[in-house]
Amino acid sequence: MTTRAINLRIGAFLVIVLSAVALLSLVWTPYDHTMLSVTEKFRPTSAAHWLGTDQLGRDVLSLLMAASVNSLAVAFIAVGVGGAIGTALGLTASACGGWVETAIMRLADLGFAFPALLFAIMLAAAFGPSLSNAILAIAFINVPIFARVARGAANQIWTRDYVLAGRAAGASQFSLTVEHVLPNISAALIVQATIEFAVAILAEAALSYLGLGAQPPMPSWGRMLNEAQTLMYLAPQLAIYPGLCIIAAVLGFGLLGDGLRDVSDPRLARGRA
Amino acid sequence: MIEVQDLSVRFGEAEALRRISLTLTPGERLGLVGESGSGKSMLGLALMGMLPEQAAMSGRLTIDAHDLSGAADREWREMRARKVAMIFQEPMMALNPLRRVGDTVMEPLRLHLGLSKSDARRRALELFEETGIQDPEEKLRQYPHELSGGQRQRVLIALALACDPGILIADEPTTALDAHVALRITDLLTRLARDRGMMLVFISHDLAAVARTAETVAVMYGGEIVEMGPVGQVLSDPKHPYTKGLLHARPTITGGELRKRLPMIPGNVPALADLPPGCRFSGRCAVELPHCAGTRPAIHAVGGSRSCACHRVPEVMDGAME
Amino acid sequence: MSVLLDIRGVTRRYPRPRKRLFQEEAPLVAVDNVSVQIAQGRTLGIVGESGSGKSTLARMVMAFEAPDAGEVLFEGKNIHALTRRELQALRPEFQMIFQDPFGSLDPRRSVGWSVAQPLRAAGRTADPALIARTLEQVGLRAADVDRFPHQFSGGQRQRIAIARAIVTRPKLLVADEAVSALDVSVRAQILNLLMDLQEEMGLGILFISHDLAVVSSLCDDLLVLRNGVVVEQGSAAGILNAPGHEYTHTLLTAARLELQGEGAA
Repeated sequence: MTTRAINLRIGAFLVIVLSAVALLSLVWTPYDHTMLSVTEKFRPTSAAHWLGTDQLGRDVLSLLMAASVNSLAVAFIAVGVGGAIGTALGLTASACGGWVETAIMRLADLGFAFPALLFAIMLAAAFGPSLSNAILAIAFINVPIFARVARGAANQIWTRDYVLAGRAAGASQFSLTVEHVLPNISAALIVQATIEFAVAILAEAALSYLGLGAQPPMPSWGRMLNEAQTLMYLAPQLAIYPGLCIIAAVLGFGLLGDGLRDVSDPRLARGRA
Repeated sequence: MIEVQDLSVRFGEAEALRRISLTLTPGERLGLVGESGSGKSMLGLALMGMLPEQAAMSGRLTIDAHDLSGAADREWREMRARKVAMIFQEPMMALNPLRRVGDTVMEPLRLHLGLSKSDARRRALELFEETGIQDPEEKLRQYPHELSGGQRQRVLIALALACDPGILIADEPTTALDAHVALRITDLLTRLARDRGMMLVFISHDLAAVARTAETVAVMYGGEIVEMGPVGQVLSDPKHPYTKGLLHARPTITGGELRKRLPMIPGNVPALADLPPGCRFSGRCAVELPHCAGTRPAIHAVGGSRSCACHRVPEVMDGAME
Repeated sequence: MSVLLDIRGVTRRYPRPRKRLFQEEAPLVAVDNVSVQIAQGRTLGIVGESGSGKSTLARMVMAFEAPDAGEVLFEGKNIHALTRRELQALRPEFQMIFQDPFGSLDPRRSVGWSVAQPLRAAGRTADPALIARTLEQVGLRAADVDRFPHQFSGGQRQRIAIARAIVTRPKLLVADEAVSALDVSVRAQILNLLMDLQEEMGLGILFISHDLAVVSSLCDDLLVLRNGVVVEQGSAAGILNAPGHEYTHTLLTAARLELQGEGAA
């Protein structure tokens, strides 16, 4: 088996497990993750609490499961919104060409130069920290990325004879974009989205860790990490578990994205080797 | 001398080459002609020991009394370094764009022949002159992109000749070139084979180019040689229905008769996996009999050094089918 | 016979990247003052090698790009002076077939979709009966509408591309190296198909190729291009029987099957 296939399989496995756990948590968790208990604080792993309890006596496994939904949802919305806007911009740039293309791509460059964290802090300062502001910030960093990917891939499709044949048939730029270009760059976009998913999960964790994302009582891996930080000597496992979750999620989507890219375009795989 | 006997190449169930037999004597120029999927390029690769890994080869292949039927990679590498050379359709692909073409040509001279740098340079210059490259001194220092398509193909020919091979395999060497450049390349290949006593295997889909270059022609279809013989005889008096069809389907400029419908071979070239088990051409043949699709035709001798693999050859020879 | 396409003194230049800082490169003249006409139901062959400007000429006739000088008149209308809307309305009248049958069909679209594209773009209804009839006209089956390009061989794909080009019943067909990528046996089928369609529909054809033999098999008139300049033009029979230029002669030699050695006819 090639390394590519291994990447793809490990990635797919992690993503599937993670998604399954998130779905499961919507209908069932071992305990209510908001349930506090003064008597059950800092319990180690036991039959009752598989991963023990935290400083407030909440069941850690339930917290991690509930948090996984937030992580995935944030990533999904942020990448979806940012990706859609970015793709639309990239396709417009590619279809119009000329000064429109230049203008859009310079704007995208500007977006690249703007650190996401700074944007998130700005939003938090202006409108107060919240999960929706974190989503907005993550969506924002995705716009220029997808604009670039979409435009690059679309420019290639525009050179194909079947697009020229469409022009000969009398199709407008818009219908050529929707009917030929978009479907034929979808593979590239899906690959990019998967990779950006990993980045988004990491960004959500980072923002929540800094208190700019999910607010209590909403569970979040990043905030769990933050809260566990002060208790490192007392209960290191409280930091390790959410940390492992973040690693697994980021690694899973990252490997899946890499694997998908290698499968969809062998040339890129060789270029990276 | 090349001797091929009952050579077959399989990819799983599909037979890419089926019982190919041919002999090539020093200085002989063989043209392999056929359409896509005929196996002509596969045969070229087999003669170079460069078949894809998944290919299973059977039969005998001897080059200069050296049996290479089950030869190891190392043996083939030795062979390719010394005796067999190959040129391809797209010369730009075969040249390293970041190296001066002179350095590219000097590499095998130094590596395989152990020449010193100045000797290798002198030899490269001679090769450039022999292959008709103008201003060879200057061209040695140029990069592939600075040369025209025809010049690049000449550089590749010079590179192929570097170690004085006994056999040159040219796979569609003129297809990517303009007509007037292609003419000069075929002339060059013919001259080189003649002057050096080198065997030339000229692979092409272009009957005109093969007619110009080769002495012997092997017409291939569906992985088999369906007809073989001296090029003039085969092309002026074809015996196999496929050869006939191919020649007739070719638009010709005879002058006078313009805008006439071309006689055509019906159907499409089938994919490897869809070939009929018997005669490969059955299903498209104009003189097919019911048993053709199921039975392999024998290779009949049809006078002199000619052969033809068709069930109906005896009748054709009797003149019953004109 | 009425003139369908009138190309008048068309010139197209492309700027070349400058090699030195203070010296502008002279532009590349891809097509240099070419004038030629196609009458209804006739075929004009344009022969030339790479860089001759033959494809640039085709792109101008298809209004993919505009000439720097001269004009292209389709039934008396300068197609480069039309508004976008007017051009779109005229498109069904002149269609094109491309060289690479693997590249000219969107791999993600069914045959029926591709063939109906010109109808949709013209705002007409894509009548399934018309699509079926057109597919049969080019030697395919009506049932092929739901299949995808990768399920067809090169020759069959070129038939699909031809079906797409004739579905609007155009008056002019531009074929740019339309048979160059095909096998010899399949090439004859496609050339015959084009001739049949021409008789049936009274098509004017602009047939572009590097291969003089192919061009001569179906063209009434001939234009030989080299480096953007017309080398020779006139009736195909006249030029092929008595080429008036050394270059045409070379092309003829390359295209002829000349037998040598024993037994040569």
